Amino acid sequence: MADDRINSYKTGPDENGRFGDFGGRFVSETLMPLILDLEAQYEHAKTDQSFWDEMEFLWKHYVGRPSPLYHAERLTQHLGGAKIYLKRDELNHTGAHKINNVLGQIILARRMGKTRIIAETGAGQHGVATATVCAKFGLKCIVYMGAHDVERQAPNVFRMKLLGARVIPVTSGRGTLKDAMNDALRDWVTNVRDTFYCIGTVAGPHPYPAMVRDFQAIIGKEAKDQMLEAEGRLPDTIIAAIGGGSNAMGLFFPFLDDTDVNIIGVEAGGKGVNAKMEHCASLTGGRPGVLHGNRTYLLQDDDGQILEGFSISAGLDYPGIGPEHSWLHEIGRAQYVSITDVEALEAFQLCCELEGIIPALEPSHALAHVMKIAPELPSDHIICMNMCGRGDKDIFTVAKALGLDMDQG
Amino acid sequence: MTRIDAKFADLLAAGQKAFVAYVMAGDPDYATSLEIVKGLPAAGVDIIELGLPFTDPMADGPTIQLAGQRALEAGQTLQKTLAMAAEFRKSDDTTPIVLMGYYNPIYSRGVDRFLAEAKAAGIDGLIIVDLPPEEDEELCIPAQKAGLNFIRLATPTTDDKRLPKVLTNTSGFVYYVSITGITGAAAAEAGDVGPEVARIKAHTDLPVIVGFGIRTPETSKAIASVADGAVVGSAIVAEIAAGKPVSEVLDFVRSLADGAHRA
Ligand SMILES: Cc1ncc(COP(=O)(O)O)c(C=O)c1O
Repeated sequence: MADDRINSYKTGPDENGRFGDFGGRFVSETLMPLILDLEAQYEHAKTDQSFWDEMEFLWKHYVGRPSPLYHAERLTQHLGGAKIYLKRDELNHTGAHKINNVLGQIILARRMGKTRIIAETGAGQHGVATATVCAKFGLKCIVYMGAHDVERQAPNVFRMKLLGARVIPVTSGRGTLKDAMNDALRDWVTNVRDTFYCIGTVAGPHPYPAMVRDFQAIIGKEAKDQMLEAEGRLPDTIIAAIGGGSNAMGLFFPFLDDTDVNIIGVEAGGKGVNAKMEHCASLTGGRPGVLHGNRTYLLQDDDGQILEGFSISAGLDYPGIGPEHSWLHEIGRAQYVSITDVEALEAFQLCCELEGIIPALEPSHALAHVMKIAPELPSDHIICMNMCGRGDKDIFTVAKALGLDMDQG
Repeated sequence: MTRIDAKFADLLAAGQKAFVAYVMAGDPDYATSLEIVKGLPAAGVDIIELGLPFTDPMADGPTIQLAGQRALEAGQTLQKTLAMAAEFRKSDDTTPIVLMGYYNPIYSRGVDRFLAEAKAAGIDGLIIVDLPPEEDEELCIPAQKAGLNFIRLATPTTDDKRLPKVLTNTSGFVYYVSITGITGAAAAEAGDVGPEVARIKAHTDLPVIVGFGIRTPETSKAIASVADGAVVGSAIVAEIAAGKPVSEVLDFVRSLADGAHRA
């Protein structure tokens, strides 16, 4: 498998924010002093017990952690192979894993004396989580959201407004997540003194990929303990869906040095990973490039222009991926696959019918891959999948895709 | 000595400030853009900043974002941008051309290949917005080795402690971004810019040129008078976006250049 000289996969990034060749700090000079300051503040907070005490208190009493590890018995039976567990992060307050990270960043922002919080959002889950925590702490919140996503995720736009956030529809580019991130960066460059940029995934310039991973790693830490309690051993395979890759990094990170555990990341295959590029599978269908402050695998054309990608899931609709995933892919510690819209929709329905859980479209991609591999595996093979979000936000999209009329019932 | 160094030596001898004009290569199309670029020296432009279009220009305001989109839609690429510089060089061997843009198209082409091609096309310097000194190994150092100037942006957030780091591998000139913000935003006051330029000059002998937010001959003059020159981008690009004939665009450029030269 990987290089023998590496005796831990958990030491990255290096002091330049690199995971192997990936990551880094590709930002304009105006932002450079800000991200160096953020890095210093985070390094300090990381070793400060009172910072983690505050996190743990809020994770428990505000978010509802730990999230259960649930044996999906009927799904296991139906697929007739591996034993399937779901890590229930969809039960978190605000309905996804995003709030794990937001709490960390907002506590840090408060320590840094920042009063204005900006965020980008695709599906709206990160925007809702940020608006929620800002409401709780009385902070001003501005969320950039692609105009196209504002349309397809209308319920989340309304939620953010109820929570007191200002949602700014982004019309530059083609109006999806990558454009929202561009505009958030433009805001930050303009409002350098009072503003904290709360990034929603393990991307962006160093220290964001490492910091967001550390906040999301609570998912994998809990899953590990819970699995040991339930089964007396670690799972054989862990699986998560990947947009930017934060829920996946959160599940994977604590398991990286347990080399008997197979790690699988599932990218959005859209209409199929082929030359037409109507997908968001950066690792399976892209090549290395530099965007949004880091080097990573990107969907791009021959001229190095970034492509928009395509996925039924707004949360996966991003042409890049966190740099640590690019590294794990290149060294072979994790395996990355893709799942099409059609396959994800099937998994979505199956999960509703067999488990009474309406999953978000994002983890439906991970579930679709579980459906592919579980039947071929023995019954003593344990799979742990990250059910990172609930599907309430997606019911309109799903109804449309299935050709159903919600008013007719 | 690069064309940039030679140009500043000439300006110094003449006791004149520099006027730098930015246009997006390929906006609104290759032929019109080439015609505009060819007309810039006669309109009083001392240094040409040629924008390299990119889909995700995170430091640019709407005016330059849209210019990039128009250029890309009209089929502009890195290769065509270099071809345009080479075409310009056939009739002008003295006006420096600085390529300004983002790293990914260059990285995608391959740094060594790009540098050889850029040098051959007559490019003199590079301003790559998303390559701070922390990433100097990527392009800055190879570019200097290849004989191209690497021009760095200094900003209001670059404090005295950081300035030496920013200036270390800079050559040609220093581009002072007078505001915290994106291109096309409101201009800084000359009264605020002067002390900042002096602060930078205390650390370097390189010329300091100031840009961002300059859109009139008056501001061009005011800013140039407190620095070694002024840069105008969005205001010129806006004229092109409005569909003005090339001669009118160049008349506007001339008025800005005259402003800077009167300083
Ligand atoms: C439920 C859910 N899962 C996954 C994602 C994708 O993000 P990431 O890959 O960072 O976990 C999103 C993003 O909006 C989401 O809402």
